[in-house]
Amino acid sequence: MNTESLAVDAVTATIEVAGENALIVYLGERPSAVVSASLFALAQALKQQLGKAIIGLTPSYASLLISYDLQQSNARQVTEAVNEIVTTLAPGSQQDGCLVVLPVYYGAEVGLDLHSLAQAKGLAAKEVIAIHQQREYRVYAIGFAPGFAYLGDVDERIAAPRLATPRQQVPRGSVAIAERQTAVYPAQSPGGWNIIARCPLAMFDPHSTPAMPVQVGDRVQFEAISRAQFLDLGGEL
Amino acid sequence: MADVVGFEVVKPGLLALLQDQGRFGYEHLGLSSGGPVDGCAFTLANQLCGNSQRATTVEISLGGFAVRAQLHTTIAVTGASMGLRINGEPCAQWRSHRVAPGDLLELGYARRGCRSYLAVAGGFTVAPQFGSTATVLREGIGGLNGTALVSRDLLPCEASLPQPVLQLPAVSQPQYPTARVLRLVLGYQHLAFADDQLHRFFTSEYRVSALCDRMAYRLQGPSVTASLQGMLSEGNCLGAVQLPPDGQPIVLLNDRQSIGGYPKMGSVLAVDCAYLGQLSAGDKVRFSVISQFEAETIAADTARASLCSAIIACK
Repeated sequence: MNTESLAVDAVTATIEVAGENALIVYLGERPSAVVSASLFALAQALKQQLGKAIIGLTPSYASLLISYDLQQSNARQVTEAVNEIVTTLAPGSQQDGCLVVLPVYYGAEVGLDLHSLAQAKGLAAKEVIAIHQQREYRVYAIGFAPGFAYLGDVDERIAAPRLATPRQQVPRGSVAIAERQTAVYPAQSPGGWNIIARCPLAMFDPHSTPAMPVQVGDRVQFEAISRAQFLDLGGEL
Repeated sequence: MADVVGFEVVKPGLLALLQDQGRFGYEHLGLSSGGPVDGCAFTLANQLCGNSQRATTVEISLGGFAVRAQLHTTIAVTGASMGLRINGEPCAQWRSHRVAPGDLLELGYARRGCRSYLAVAGGFTVAPQFGSTATVLREGIGGLNGTALVSRDLLPCEASLPQPVLQLPAVSQPQYPTARVLRLVLGYQHLAFADDQLHRFFTSEYRVSALCDRMAYRLQGPSVTASLQGMLSEGNCLGAVQLPPDGQPIVLLNDRQSIGGYPKMGSVLAVDCAYLGQLSAGDKVRFSVISQFEAETIAADTARASLCSAIIACK
């Protein structure tokens, strides 16, 4: 568990109506480590304060969608709770998310777009691989499919647009880049991101607890492994 | 170990899914809520069988469904009229019926509305995943094994003692007209739509396109576009009306993706989403604005009404 804390000068919350029993809170204009950590802290505090009145909490880049049970609460009460919690977030500090290291095999047989991405960026494949591992990424959002975590920000030098034509089948575990985001496909699915590697770990397993190795606000680092290690860890080619 | 008994699927029809009230509290993992598209018909089916709102039912879309009972229990079918027959005899929907081992329950094709709900006393006893039995096909989660029902599937349930026969009087039964006004609570992003776009949105008639399913209903009509570009993805609530660059509205329903990045006009009331989910391609909708305060009142009234609904005992 990482205990590094982030100094927060001020968190300003903008609360907007999303639906008959839903509000959306924006904690900033763009995602950042501070915004992510604050969203996480806000969600935890809301769960504690409002308990069963909360139906669902959906964190994303800079926002938290809150849906609540109208039998137990209403927009006014939830707004009050959010405003009160936000004042406790600032100017204090929050815990940063956990650091999760994901082993990744960057072999040519699994990095289907590694060569073309390297070429497009004027780099050698091994440079792309090195740059991809240099950073700690932030889990900004989880969505699209169960366990699909949007990680950012990718170094400009290896940022690349989505494929002109998405693939029908992206293999499970594929590690991919789209613009300044990177992700691991938790299951085989269609997809248009540039595939550069494959991760042997299950990013979403409904039969284990927790079902995912990461959550919104966590930090992720990729670490290269060999083909043999990939297979040992249960990776499939 | 006692043999598992219940209802055997004889014909799954076009789409039959086990659904309880839905999967909540797992949005942060990217899971959809799932659950009944027509929550009103779902609740009434359970009430007719003396169940809580948490009981698992079968949601039958478009019809062509048949199951055979293996035990003594009570069932009810609500929602779209599909011509319920038990052992070939026409039987009323919106009413509970006693069934015995060997009885064949059949539903024809939907004549009005498109989704019906089969409830059984005590509910179908399926192990929940992430706290719910709701089947979400796209995720392969819920139901018997994350899929739609197929022939020979066994829907487990327990035998039940006879209970009073209940019915919802005809005057209280929902009608499923092919045109509806959907009441919408404005979201703040409506400010990204110029006045002429807003005017067009709220004065135009939209047609339900062929792309309408449990995830979303795509509508066709005068296009409405936002000035907003490059939005960050954010949480989508039930009934959210997205307007992608082509300007054709998309109303997000139960199996929606948990986050999305298209500008939204606001959200359709849950009770109107239930009616929308009974529409099929070619049906017509319009949108009207409702304040959030009014929407809260309607939602609370609806919840209260369903708790003490108009169900009566048959004489």
